Amino acid sequence: MCLAVPGKVIEIFEEAGLKMGRIDYAGTVNNACLEYVPEIQVGQYTVVHAGFALSVINEEEAVKSYEAWEELIETASQSGDGRYDDQLQTIRDLKENVEDDD
Amino acid sequence: MIVDTSTLSCPLPIMDHDTVQLAHGSGGSLSASLIEKLFLPRFDNAMLNQLEDQAVMELPACRLAFSTDSFVVDPIFFPGGDIGDLAINGTANDVCMSGAVPLYVSAAFIIEEGFAMESLHRILLSMEQAGKQAGVTVVTGDTKVVNKGSCDKIFITTTGLGSVPDGVMISAGGIQPGDKIILSGTIADHGMAVMTSRENLSFQTRIQSDTAALNGLVEKMIKTTTEIHAMRDPTRGGLATTLNEFASTSNVGIKLIEGNIPISPDVKGACEILGIDPLNVANEGKLVAAVPPDKVDAVLDAMRKHPLGRQAAIIGEAVTDHKGMVAGETLLGVSRIVDMPVGEQLPRIC
Amino acid sequence: MKYLDEYRDPTLAVKILEEIKNHVTQPWVIMEICGGQTHAIVRNGIDQVLQGKIELVHGPGCPVCVTPLETIDRAIDIAGRPEVIFCSFGDMLRVPGSAKDLFMVKSEGGDVRIVYSPLEAVRLARENPDREVVFFAVGFETTAPGNAMAVMQADKEGLNNFSEIVSHVLVPPAMKALLSSPDNRVQGYLAAGHVCSIMGYKEYEPIARQYKVPIVPTGFEPVDILEGLLMVVKQLEEDRHQVENQYVRVVRREGNKAARDIIQKVFKVTDRKWRGIGLLPASGLGICETYAAFDAEKKFSVDAIHVTEPDNCISGLVLQGLKKPVDCPAFGRECKPEHPLGATMVSSEGACAAYHKYHRN
Repeated sequence: MCLAVPGKVIEIFEEAGLKMGRIDYAGTVNNACLEYVPEIQVGQYTVVHAGFALSVINEEEAVKSYEAWEELIETASQSGDGRYDDQLQTIRDLKENVEDDD
Repeated sequence: MIVDTSTLSCPLPIMDHDTVQLAHGSGGSLSASLIEKLFLPRFDNAMLNQLEDQAVMELPACRLAFSTDSFVVDPIFFPGGDIGDLAINGTANDVCMSGAVPLYVSAAFIIEEGFAMESLHRILLSMEQAGKQAGVTVVTGDTKVVNKGSCDKIFITTTGLGSVPDGVMISAGGIQPGDKIILSGTIADHGMAVMTSRENLSFQTRIQSDTAALNGLVEKMIKTTTEIHAMRDPTRGGLATTLNEFASTSNVGIKLIEGNIPISPDVKGACEILGIDPLNVANEGKLVAAVPPDKVDAVLDAMRKHPLGRQAAIIGEAVTDHKGMVAGETLLGVSRIVDMPVGEQLPRIC
Repeated sequence: MKYLDEYRDPTLAVKILEEIKNHVTQPWVIMEICGGQTHAIVRNGIDQVLQGKIELVHGPGCPVCVTPLETIDRAIDIAGRPEVIFCSFGDMLRVPGSAKDLFMVKSEGGDVRIVYSPLEAVRLARENPDREVVFFAVGFETTAPGNAMAVMQADKEGLNNFSEIVSHVLVPPAMKALLSSPDNRVQGYLAAGHVCSIMGYKEYEPIARQYKVPIVPTGFEPVDILEGLLMVVKQLEEDRHQVENQYVRVVRREGNKAARDIIQKVFKVTDRKWRGIGLLPASGLGICETYAAFDAEKKFSVDAIHVTEPDNCISGLVLQGLKKPVDCPAFGRECKPEHPLGATMVSSEGACAAYHKYHRN
């Protein structure tokens, strides 16, 4: 019911007394109101709905999901034909990507 | 092609008025001065310069392609282009989708009184530039000025005439099952450039309209083979609309491989934020063609050598199943209908 | 895009799908509350690949679809007035009222504008002090804090030319109403992830216990939805009925307190009519007394407009998960996105529109 898209906070500023941020969505930048995520820092990701940031993306939890996927795919790839190898690499890259970003 | 007309060394000629007045369209001396000072220098050619009521031309003995289109884009200046180059490119493209070489263009302007002379000059400069790039000549035209509020700033109607080379027969109805569907490059650039530059959306993007004349690319394709079964530029309604028109006109099914459709990350991001399906968004410098499988490699190769076809890709195939419909394959391997959009694309929150 | 593309990965989706199939021993009936999830499910064919294993029924979580006809008619009345700049999310413009929609108001000369954020409407009020700016504040709990913030901001700036038509709805009362119905077939729920990002999921814990249904707050990409379904299925197979969070990267148990606080400051819980379902007690939000001056329905005296819903459309039953869009004799015939009979055919999130767009045959 509520379209909300993840983006990265690249700048925090004040406008008309409100905490606002510039949010980068893979190159397209738009402003969002950050009043509900007072703790957010530049470089962190958030989900934005109708111009408002809803929550700070929890990178630790995201990495945990990637690890769970890794396990799932690893179990599958033990059947041993190598068809999941690329997949595993992609997931490992994702994990590293999150960790590097900190 | 991106031309920053503001850097061209051609200043606004000294005019009596800073803005366009009703009298500039009334046929009197102000009209004459506007035509002479602003329009003629831009479209300078023997046929137009005679200022007859019509252009009279010799044409080679050939089949003619003839097309007309009106341009009412808002905003009139957008990243990557403006209403002027759009009007030239759009008509050149409509003509050349038949395989024709576009030659002559007419241009009719409806201008709201009070429109800045400087803006009009800028639009004419970009029309001049676009015309040169497309190799078309503006040979006749008309200018009307209407009361404030009777039109929104400026509307342009262009009509184009082109000659179809011998042996070329391209129509949306000519697709055969087995034909490969080729797209010349990334989708949704124009529509998203325009939408994200509307003032109330406050976006900052690098997205540029793809407005460009495709006749050079088409020429390269036709040199490779005249066996192009269908060709169209996916403008309003986007790629989804064009593919659905192909499917229904040719009475074939089209199997779309969505993963092969090129899209720039910026455009994708903007589409995600606004909840818009890029398949439904307008393009102004892309073409879709249906080509028999034994010719597809050669055509793709030729396209990729042209600046406007570098990212050309096979995005689907005509099939005998689901006639008249376009089907995509979902990531779970089941098929889904790819429909035409119902109306204008609107930003949504849910 | 980070946190988006990886959740659309085909190999992973297929793997999780296999896991679901491995766990299912009997056909379960699961409802996704949210229209955004309905759209993703139908677009990706998740319902098709799970046929015979899981029956997915589509819930009432589309604000465009459940906004009552009466409220649409009131909005149309206000939008047509010459002094008004009427602002709305793009979604609401095509929703049919009794006689017309907001697009038609625009074509008749009404100043109807699409905004992306309610703060844009506040800006318009600031820039147009001689006009009345009215914002159509629809949505679930996710949209409520932003719409509440717009009211607070207008108040702070002393903009007395700003007001909102508030038609907010709340998920838990609707869930309870569906679960209490004697016709209920739903055995487990995917809860709407973005609603939970604001509200958290503590509220759902007593519901899961009382009605013995697993509830899983879930994201919106295909991998999210498949993971959410897997979590529901595991609970059902193990006879557990808990709230488990799939959307861990966004949703916390306690939700977003700052956002909830502002909802409480500006809005109050009220009874609300749901289009196609009827009046549900304490199922919506309206403007509270402190901010009554920003209530457009009072300001423009449209409270007197009352209409009853036509009965030629089964969208109410679709919204309750009792019927599928294809069960409707009008589906794809008299009722199409170009001329919808009910709101579920309008919004791209509406179940009927999603079916029409992606699998008509």
